[in-house]
Amino acid sequence: MITAEQKPMQEIIRYLAPYSKILLVGCNECVTVCAAGGRKEVGLLASALHLNSLKQGKTIDIKEITLERQCDPEYVEELTAYIDGADAVLSMACGCGVQSIATRFKEAHVYPAVNTKFMGASLSQGVWAERCQGCGDCMLGITAGICPVSRCSKSLLNGPCGGTSNGQCEIGPETDCAWRLIWERLKALGIQERYEELNDAKDWRPAGGAGPRKIIREDLAL
Amino acid sequence: MENFEPEIVAFCCHYCAYTAADMAGSKRISYPSNVKIIRVPCTGKVDAIHIMKALERGADGVYVAGCLEGDCHFKTGNTRAKQRVDRVKKILGDLGWEPERVAMINMSAGMGERFAKTALEFTEQIKTLGPNPVRQAEIQPQTMG
Repeated sequence: MITAEQKPMQEIIRYLAPYSKILLVGCNECVTVCAAGGRKEVGLLASALHLNSLKQGKTIDIKEITLERQCDPEYVEELTAYIDGADAVLSMACGCGVQSIATRFKEAHVYPAVNTKFMGASLSQGVWAERCQGCGDCMLGITAGICPVSRCSKSLLNGPCGGTSNGQCEIGPETDCAWRLIWERLKALGIQERYEELNDAKDWRPAGGAGPRKIIREDLAL
Repeated sequence: MENFEPEIVAFCCHYCAYTAADMAGSKRISYPSNVKIIRVPCTGKVDAIHIMKALERGADGVYVAGCLEGDCHFKTGNTRAKQRVDRVKKILGDLGWEPERVAMINMSAGMGERFAKTALEFTEQIKTLGPNPVRQAEIQPQTMG
């Protein structure tokens, strides 16, 4: 999923300072799962913003709504009924959601309430770790299901660097050396000869090196 | 502010603090009437939003009273409650409110005295902090008028 974390409260308050009618929009997808911008977080942030405005003796009108998917035009359309009554929109979705709203509603002042972090997997409750960088040419089939692009700090493609130490990456002991993990898994699967195969220099254009990426599926287009 | 009588909301676990409050009553141990008890099946049921809403609606202080650590009837409800209380404390700190307005307290069902003592101490603590800033903002024009 796409992971996110709420922005510092004072940054959000700064964004909203000029406005009194706020449309606070959550998303039912990734940010709900990583507890950054789902219905629950929308309620909590609205409550915090109320407390802040009440303390300052101001009144703030917050309309809370959580869309099924903020990155999908058909759900963003649901905001049409509320957008005119709002001075500003505060989105708790990832950057895709914020931009979907800004694209659909040209006049709206749209602000992000979260920092979008990375594509990650849940390791345990409350812990998420980066597992994919969307390089556009997946290598997991030749690296025993462990991604060197997202899990090696240098995205090395042919074994570890000299910074690996006792199975850990030189950036810190909390980061496993991806190539140690790959080697151990190849051995466990009995296919360690794959380690000898050299990977060619990676074409980084599908990873975004050739500019913003797009998928067009003509079989699905209406 | 001398006559300030705070409104305090106490979310009390059915299995411990609520029973402790009952015991305080049975033993005729008095505690401040400022504390308004909300019984919950487990403090794990108390979410951050419940505490925030209580403050938003004018409570001067909120505490969550759960079982002693390691003694939760549902195993980890009280530790979860503590994490949520800590989260609300952080939010309050970020907003410039006093985090001491919310607290997590642990006790067993037999601790009637502790329930009363806690209620008294928390009430005194909130009296020191003064009214909820929301109420202060409301009170201000009246005192000036």
